[in-house]
Amino acid sequence: MAEPIIELRDIRKTYRMGDMESHVLQGISLSIHPGEYVCMMGPSGCGKSTMLNVLGCLDQPTSGQYFLGGLDVSKLNDDDLSQARCRNLGFIFQSYNLIQQLSVIENIQLPLYYKGVPESESRAIAENLAEQVGLSHRLYHKPNELSGGQQQRVAIARALSNDPLVILADEATGNLDSKSGNEILNIFDELNRAGKTMVFVTHDERMVQRCSRVIRLQDGLLDRDEPGARFAAASSSVAITDDSLLPTQDVC
Amino acid sequence: MFAKNPYLHLLISPQHLWRSMSLGAKSLWLHKLRSLLTALGVVFGVASVVAMLAIGEGASHEAQEQIRKLGSQNIILESVKPTDSSGPVGQSRSFVIEYGLNSKDIKQILQTIPGISIVVPSRIISEVLWVEEKNLEGSIIGALTIYPQMRNRTLIAGRFFNDLEQDNRSPVCVINQSAASRLFPLSTPTGKTIRVRGTYYRVIGVIEDEGQRATTESVSQGGGKSGGSGSLAQMIIPFATLMDNFGDTFFRFRSGSFDAEKVEFHEAIIRVGKVEDVVSRAEAVKHLLGRNHPREDYRVTVPIELLRQAERTKRIFSIVLGSIAAISLLVGGIGIMNIMLASVTERTREIGIRRALGAKQSDIVLQFLIETVLLAGAGGVLGVIMGLGIPLAISHFAGVTTVIKAWAPALAFSVSVFTGIAFGIYPAMRAAKMNPVEALRHE
Repeated sequence: MAEPIIELRDIRKTYRMGDMESHVLQGISLSIHPGEYVCMMGPSGCGKSTMLNVLGCLDQPTSGQYFLGGLDVSKLNDDDLSQARCRNLGFIFQSYNLIQQLSVIENIQLPLYYKGVPESESRAIAENLAEQVGLSHRLYHKPNELSGGQQQRVAIARALSNDPLVILADEATGNLDSKSGNEILNIFDELNRAGKTMVFVTHDERMVQRCSRVIRLQDGLLDRDEPGARFAAASSSVAITDDSLLPTQDVC
Repeated sequence: MFAKNPYLHLLISPQHLWRSMSLGAKSLWLHKLRSLLTALGVVFGVASVVAMLAIGEGASHEAQEQIRKLGSQNIILESVKPTDSSGPVGQSRSFVIEYGLNSKDIKQILQTIPGISIVVPSRIISEVLWVEEKNLEGSIIGALTIYPQMRNRTLIAGRFFNDLEQDNRSPVCVINQSAASRLFPLSTPTGKTIRVRGTYYRVIGVIEDEGQRATTESVSQGGGKSGGSGSLAQMIIPFATLMDNFGDTFFRFRSGSFDAEKVEFHEAIIRVGKVEDVVSRAEAVKHLLGRNHPREDYRVTVPIELLRQAERTKRIFSIVLGSIAAISLLVGGIGIMNIMLASVTERTREIGIRRALGAKQSDIVLQFLIETVLLAGAGGVLGVIMGLGIPLAISHFAGVTTVIKAWAPALAFSVSVFTGIAFGIYPAMRAAKMNPVEALRHE
């Protein structure tokens, strides 16, 4: 079995507001291996956003260790965290989060700009990705001239531009109608088939049907960790490192 | 998997900086009106600095030029008609007023005050100069051969009269440029003759006008004042010739009555051997004249004192200008900072996105700093253009001399860039210090 791309060891996150302490993550351990398509679910306030921020190197855990691609990022300083995001992570957001004053191609190139890739090289990469998501004819449009589905496709191209280890998404289909949502889901399927590792926070049942693994959080703890619908029949293929968290087979 | 970023060295390359600058410019261009209004404070600040420096330099340039003409080693004595003995008002009878410097003063100065190398007296008379049918009101100066050196005036054509002509009381003259251009507009004046009260004087030379000299710096002179037309026509003849032909009493008709003045010397220039002695010798001269002339019918001018005074004035002027410049740039800078802070808040989400995509804090600082510096720098360029235009307009319409030194626009521009850095660093730091998670959540 290949090395896990993401390995969390007893991750805790505590926010302090005055005298009040709120324990958002209360000791989460899990591993994600290359090629997995993980859906993270749970009721609001269960800690999944915080979890995604920690996974995305946007926030540091209060305690615990987080290995991303074999490197412990839980102790990195701000600059090194930025480097880790820049080189290993791709983000997709619910509200697309494109930069409005930049054109489609410039938005796709942005991660490469911060990585320091020379203009000619980064342009070739971005044009290629725009073609893959079907937006070659919209390169010089501004985001507000595109539909929601098109904007999200730009965001996907942007998330792919730096060839990340993991793609993280927060309700990627939440703002889309079912048709463009389906288009986006198809793109995700394709990416996963091509070997991309993806960790998505979602409420979208369609996504749950397509993913390889579902992680449910409850009150800052790992509640259930089970194979996705398409793997439900063959649970043995899912690798779980933590023996205490073996997937339960009951289907909700 | 976590190999060293192969592009790391490119992040500090000129190309990367150039891209950052073009992105910053684009972002400013997106809000054209806001950028313009924001930069306006710096524009006016820089424009006023450049314009005021040009006017200030022009004023002091003019003053110093005039003082320099008088000579730093000189003490200039002039006869002044006393106010309390101008004769009974309304009396129609002729009345001869005798006043001013005389040979006794000159002799005493030379004998009693040490360190004075020479005293050159001269007489000045207003007369009409004739060339055939053409005439011109001008002044006739009776001078000694040393006059051009004493007054720092150079000859443009011909020569000055010599000792022989002085002793022979020859009817020769040297005219200034403005007299030459008006009396002899089409021909060379040397060798021609000028008639005054029936006596013909041969022109042997042309001397430059007083207080005019071409300089190496770019001087814009007011249209009305430049050229020869504004200066008084002057005709310089040997002192002895003047005494012979005009006597020591000068008659003048004034409003029906007629009025005579008897003045021995209208002017005397004392040259002091050493520059550092000038001030003390001037005191001695004032003391001596004060005893001889209780009516105070004289005036003492010490050019070096004027020069020092002009320098003091210039220094005060510079301090005032500097303060105004500093204040206006401060105000401009605060304006920029204010807008940049608002812009940072407005673009919180953008900052969050950029951070999520891998921008380091320093990338964010650089981005906002570049925008501020571009804004201030563009304001500086506009300000310099405006600031160069204002003195030209002032010179053209108000006839005031202005001097633009190369360092003034350069200084103003670099100060504007510095303002951009100084007032941009805080908003940029604030943008960079934002928590990326909160910035992304910002609506």
